[in-house]
Amino acid sequence: MFDLAGYGPQLLSGTVTTIELSLLSLLVSFLLGLLGATAKLSKHRIFKGVATIYTTIIRGVPDLVLMLLIFYSLQIWVNDFTGWLNNLQSTYSFGLQLDPFTSGTITLGFIYGAYFTETFRGAFLAVPKGQLEAARAFGMRSGLVFRRVLFPQMMRHALPGLGNNWQVILKATALVSIIGLSDVIKAAQAAGEATYRSFFFICIAGAVYLVLTILSNGVLMLLERKYAIGVRRAVL
Amino acid sequence: MKKVFRSAFTALCALGVASAPLAAHAKQMHELRFGVDATYPPFESLSPSGAFQGFDIDLGKAICAELATKCVFVSQSFDGIIPALEARKFDAILSSMTVTPERAKQIAFSTEMYNEPTALIVRKGSGLKPTAESLKGKTVGVEAGTIQESYAKTYWEPMGVKVVSYPGQDQVYADLLSGRLDASLQDSVEADYGFLKTSRGADFQFGGDVTYDPKDVLGSYIAIGVRKDDPELLKKIDWAIAELHKKGIYKKIEAKYFTFDVYGAPPANSMN
Amino acid sequence: MIEIIKQYGLAYLCWDGYNVSGTAMTLWLLVLSCGMGFCLALPLAIARNARSRIIRFPVWLFTFIFRGTPLYVQLLLIYSGLYQLNFVHQHVLLNDFFRQAINCTVLSFLLNTGAYTTEIFAGAIRETSHGEVDAALAMGMSRFTMYRRIIIPSALRRALPVYSNEVILMLHATTLAFTATVPDLLKVANDAYSATYDPFDAFTLAALLYLCISFALIFGFRRAERRFLAYLQP
Repeated sequence: MFDLAGYGPQLLSGTVTTIELSLLSLLVSFLLGLLGATAKLSKHRIFKGVATIYTTIIRGVPDLVLMLLIFYSLQIWVNDFTGWLNNLQSTYSFGLQLDPFTSGTITLGFIYGAYFTETFRGAFLAVPKGQLEAARAFGMRSGLVFRRVLFPQMMRHALPGLGNNWQVILKATALVSIIGLSDVIKAAQAAGEATYRSFFFICIAGAVYLVLTILSNGVLMLLERKYAIGVRRAVL
Repeated sequence: MKKVFRSAFTALCALGVASAPLAAHAKQMHELRFGVDATYPPFESLSPSGAFQGFDIDLGKAICAELATKCVFVSQSFDGIIPALEARKFDAILSSMTVTPERAKQIAFSTEMYNEPTALIVRKGSGLKPTAESLKGKTVGVEAGTIQESYAKTYWEPMGVKVVSYPGQDQVYADLLSGRLDASLQDSVEADYGFLKTSRGADFQFGGDVTYDPKDVLGSYIAIGVRKDDPELLKKIDWAIAELHKKGIYKKIEAKYFTFDVYGAPPANSMN
Repeated sequence: MIEIIKQYGLAYLCWDGYNVSGTAMTLWLLVLSCGMGFCLALPLAIARNARSRIIRFPVWLFTFIFRGTPLYVQLLLIYSGLYQLNFVHQHVLLNDFFRQAINCTVLSFLLNTGAYTTEIFAGAIRETSHGEVDAALAMGMSRFTMYRRIIIPSALRRALPVYSNEVILMLHATTLAFTATVPDLLKVANDAYSATYDPFDAFTLAALLYLCISFALIFGFRRAERRFLAYLQP
């Protein structure tokens, strides 16, 4: 019954790819989210406008459509740019290849950066103003205020939303197999079509995702406990 | 936290550089990248371990050997393979692509690699023939972006045949097996070696070759596709193909896969 | 862009010459899956809050599995996996059902959105204020009447903002239908792209249409919120 028909290694390397892709996309979207939230809360009208347009468009257009758009079009723009570079000088020839993994990371990071922007915006607002004023009164520079006061406290408020976004990203990596990434789903599909046992192999892919979900739930609980240090809960 | 953040940032930068190298290199061909839709055995497919294999792949490797460059194969679904070539995701298309007037407007083609007609596969005993009258009301599967898709949509769909396009040929077979499709249309050698001669194809047979084609949708022979702005590469590939024939390497590779001359006369399906 | 609109405009909107396609197909998928998902979620949400563990557990398992795996996997499982199984083939009704790609697609969509909606509604039911329940009991309502007249209407109203989000996400998820050969908006865009070799125009046109649908939905839900949640406004 549990015969992988030689597809075991491919399934395993696909799983690793899925995990790598999710972690990298998380990192990109996390940073973009911080940037976006700062922009949205800034006093500059231009920053605010750009960030608002970004979050509105991203949340209005399906991720798969954006992914196809970026996977195929971004490469052409990049080529135009490197072609322009190559025309300027002829000693070197520049080239930049966007393989499915890179495009997937960029796209997922870009899309979920918008969701993170909203998460972080709410979390930033949840940090009491007095704390920031106190930090400034101590003579801290704004970088230090961010690092020592704003960020750690903001994280506590952002964690539930963050965890939610992570789960969504993890599942969204499934889409990248559609643009040709050899992830766990691609491996399961290939195995299923070759052996005519799709049901079995796709169940395996599903199980991999379930296990990843359970694992990340555990990690999130630990993180939540860490960031909740020093917070007094109401006893009901 | 500070440390974590810093190392995370360094990791991001490092990964960004590693996964998307802005490779600056001297202007010389050091690798040849082929775009492949690996769902088309025995020409191109993936082994269980995920390696590219097949007649086209072996020919590609031999061409690279002649040109003394590294060979890289890039997976790409067939319906996006010409745009991906234009977007320079790879240098050439090596994926059982038939030369058609429509495609020749977009890209340049090498000399002939091999030749095979288009054939219909049907369930044994169904008696279906590759004509619009015979297939009326039936569902026919094709791979998106292929000449077979154009053929079925040009001649059959207006006559009441239901045509369904799939992203890969293996998905066409999966639905043919499961019974969603009544017939499928593809290259005959692929159909024979990649499906009918395997254990999965036991219940199926050829419904016949397609011959009626007044609008010349099906084109001529199968070749390697190259960007039009890259005539140098085309010249090199043409030269390499000629060398393969001259040195007898082509015959050797052919013998590994086929018992007939896949370059010259296409095999007749009369044997079925 | 103009070239694509001329050639594929009608296909993008509603008709590709032989089938319903494009925006019309996408909306149809959305209405079917959200409508049936809603009907599935309502009883499940009540069961999810049941006192008996035997009732609660299967519902929890259902939502856990369908929320813990990607929709794409679920679609593949139902579209290619189930239809390869022998008993599905031998059963006349099942065979007829699973033979149609659109049935498989809608089934997987409705189960997926059903699972998410169940959790949304269950959360809203759980957070019903105890005063409302006390009042209902004091009025001498039976449990059934209390659910029908008090708990469910109140929970659905409060769930509206989150539910509207789920509908928008479901709209985004319908793009997966094209992997199962259903001619939705993205499938048309993909066809246009592979015929014209112009990814930017083909997919941008689709993105704009999706954006319009999203905005229309958001606008509709805002109106609904203003109407149904008026009593919660400050």
